[in-house]
Amino acid sequence: MNVIPISYYLVLSAVLFGLGVIAFVFKRNVITIFMSIELMLNAVNLAFIAFARAHNQLDGLVFVFFVIVVAAAEAAVGLALVIMLAQNRQPLSVERMNHLKL
Amino acid sequence: MSVPFVLFFVCGALAVAGAILVIVAREPVHSALALVLVMVALAVLYLLLGAPFIAAVQIIVYAGAIMVLFVFVIMLLNAGAEERTDFSRVAKYIGLPLGFILMLWAAHWLWRSPVGGAIGTASATPAASSHDLSVELFRQYLFPFEATSILILIAILGALVLAKREE
Amino acid sequence: MPILDHLWIILALPLAGAAINGLLGKRWPQSRVNAVAVGSVTLSFLAVLELVREFSQLTADQIPFVGTYFTWIIAGPFHVDFALAVDQLTVVMLLTVSFVGMLIHIYSTGYMAHEGGYYRFFSYLNLFMFFMLTLVMATNLIVMFVGWEGVGLCSYLLIGFWFLKQSATDAGKKAFITTRIGDFGFTVGVLLVFATFQSIDFGTIFKSLAANPISEVTLTTISILLFTGAVGKSAQLPLYVWLPDAMEGPTPVSALIHAATMVTAGVYMVARMNPLFSRAPIAMFVVAVVGAVTAFYSATIGLVQTDIKKVLAYSTVSQLGYMFLACGVGSYAAGIFHLMTHAFFKGILFLAAGSVIHAMGGNQDMMKMGGLAKKIPVTYWTMLIATLAIAGIPGFAGFFSKDKILEAAASGPHANLLLWLLGVAGAGLTSFYMFRLVFLTFFGTPRFDEHQVHVHESPKNMTIPLIILAFFSIFGGWLAARHFVGGPDYFERFLSPVFSAYAPQAEQAVGNPAAESAMAESPALALFHALTGWPVIVAVLGLVLAWWFYIKSPDAPKRLAKSAHGLYLLLLNKYYVDEIYAALIVRPLLWISTRVLWHGVDEGLIDGVVNGSAHVARASGGRLRELQSGNTRSYASWVLVGVVGFTVLLLVLFVTGVH
Repeated sequence: MNVIPISYYLVLSAVLFGLGVIAFVFKRNVITIFMSIELMLNAVNLAFIAFARAHNQLDGLVFVFFVIVVAAAEAAVGLALVIMLAQNRQPLSVERMNHLKL
Repeated sequence: MSVPFVLFFVCGALAVAGAILVIVAREPVHSALALVLVMVALAVLYLLLGAPFIAAVQIIVYAGAIMVLFVFVIMLLNAGAEERTDFSRVAKYIGLPLGFILMLWAAHWLWRSPVGGAIGTASATPAASSHDLSVELFRQYLFPFEATSILILIAILGALVLAKREE
Repeated sequence: MPILDHLWIILALPLAGAAINGLLGKRWPQSRVNAVAVGSVTLSFLAVLELVREFSQLTADQIPFVGTYFTWIIAGPFHVDFALAVDQLTVVMLLTVSFVGMLIHIYSTGYMAHEGGYYRFFSYLNLFMFFMLTLVMATNLIVMFVGWEGVGLCSYLLIGFWFLKQSATDAGKKAFITTRIGDFGFTVGVLLVFATFQSIDFGTIFKSLAANPISEVTLTTISILLFTGAVGKSAQLPLYVWLPDAMEGPTPVSALIHAATMVTAGVYMVARMNPLFSRAPIAMFVVAVVGAVTAFYSATIGLVQTDIKKVLAYSTVSQLGYMFLACGVGSYAAGIFHLMTHAFFKGILFLAAGSVIHAMGGNQDMMKMGGLAKKIPVTYWTMLIATLAIAGIPGFAGFFSKDKILEAAASGPHANLLLWLLGVAGAGLTSFYMFRLVFLTFFGTPRFDEHQVHVHESPKNMTIPLIILAFFSIFGGWLAARHFVGGPDYFERFLSPVFSAYAPQAEQAVGNPAAESAMAESPALALFHALTGWPVIVAVLGLVLAWWFYIKSPDAPKRLAKSAHGLYLLLLNKYYVDEIYAALIVRPLLWISTRVLWHGVDEGLIDGVVNGSAHVARASGGRLRELQSGNTRSYASWVLVGVVGFTVLLLVLFVTGVH
């Protein structure tokens, strides 16, 4: 259990985070973009836990706890918004949501 | 070639594969399921890192509640396959390369971080028990704990209000 | 010594007149405007007379009498005082300017009586008197330049007096711009004087010149540069083109400014700077050549002109040439003398011409005149006297002055036979065209409809100045009467201190009338020589020819014009000089101004920079606006860019900080 260098975990975390970013940039469906956010959060969680283990502290774990909680709340509200959009017959494609244009 | 190593690489590979699947999948449902795979793999990795409680929370809450919610909404809204429209130029030429760069570069630095190297081989610290964790939660982090409960309350209320049909 | 201690009064009176009339005269009746204008100039003239009286009581070492009034410019070593000086030359000029000026002011009250802008005319005329008097009394080059420029300004204002007439405003501009070219040379000359002598005060310069040897090259350059100013101001070749056009102005203006006073400023300047010129023989030769050639050239153009004022204009250019010829051959006194007599008879000629035009109801074309002698007798007789004077007929003023000049050209220390020849030929032409003018205008049968034009004599305020000037045209010459007619040469003797005080050693003897009278000729023989000299011969010849052409056989001119048609056209069109200037100078200049400076620099460069910066701002703003595309993924990408950038920054700081 203790023989894997922390840096491996950190690298994995970085890779997952990068993939999440790419997904965020490239996907068109709003829901999928939310999922990519969750992916990024998970990657960060991994990093936290790795560091917590590296420093033999519990703070990292507590933080992960909170991250999960907040992610849940955020997902709930975000999906509620999506549902609202769908009820108004808006297309779910991010490209079509261009009302922020100048 | 000990068990932890194998476990690490397998789960690591699974996680990465899942993440790539998220990107590549055309149906949103497929992306959601791929994400579940990632979370499960990560849960195993948490276990490896000596955080069993968190691993359980990950499975129960993240994979079991949040992702289920995602799948519910996808199914409810009948979100179809993604159309094949062209990416925005910014996304194509700046986003993708930058994403890769970010990934590789973060990886590089993290590899070289001073924290790297074997975790204290001498101290075979046991896994963090839920007892220790809850002690931290209710002493040092009491305020954030209560705050997050209020946050969840707000989220529930918000979701209710937002998703209500206009009567 | 009331006036000598307060020289500025002579200047201040016309200036006050100009200011009062200019500011307040708009609604005044003509009589009040007259009172202010004529009164100020008359008072100024009386002050000059008093000055002459006081001057005659000064001893030789008090001359030149200088009055310094205030320090004007101090810029390091460049020190200019506003100072006025009086010496013999100044006295002559002051008398001429103020006297003739006063008479012309009186004449103008009659001539301009029916014109609009009456108060403005007299305001400008008074202002002109102020500047001219400043020029004449100046004691240094800068104050003289103030007067120089000021008379140019007044000339512009007065030529373009009828400013609603396009040709008048064009003529005013032409005068100002052409003299500007000369003034540029003058200014460079003044700068060079300062660089050489560290002073622009006449006294200081002349003393320094006598004491230290200065290189002849420097002196020649300075002299020629100063002379270019005179070429412009006194309308010599090649800058004379403005003077004929200046006839657009009212006739009193032509009389005062373009005959008697302003154009003579150049001659005065050369005479004043005689110590410099005398030490630069090449410069003197240039002056003499320009003068002689101009005298002859201009006379040829005057032969065929039909506008009465244009004939007089070319005549003025020609006579100015004689004055410069005199200075160029070293006889400065002769030049100034001719200046003075010319003021008298040219004054009459212009004023009488004005009288004729007034009588003819505005017509200036001689071919439409004729037979006016009986109808306007006073005008006729005064004009005849003036013509006899200008032609150099013995007994009249012009004879003495012209004779002096030509004799200096023939046998003085700087004599030159070719120049003398040009001068004599010019004198003959002068006589011819002037008598042509008289015969065409006053003799023969009227060539106009007598019922249309009501010919009447001018009122007294116009005829009396004519009579006074006529008197001086006859007797003014006797001032320089030479010993052979029984008089000592008062004029030359009077002016000799000015011209010999700083003259180079070799020339001290010239201009000394005592030396002249010690010459071997007896008075009677000299008289005989004078009366049968070439100048008189050609003058009489001119008169006879004119009589024959215009009285005896009136179609002879037409036949001659037909047979020498090319030459006739050349002269009639003034050698096409204006057209040549337009093509060579004006058009390229306008082209450069339009294409290069206007389109190229102003529109292209300056507007380009200003508009360009606005354009750049707009364009970059437009580009930046496209960031707000409404495309959330694009936003996301930019967020990513920011994130990457920020983390790189943090990392760099961390690395450089920690390690």
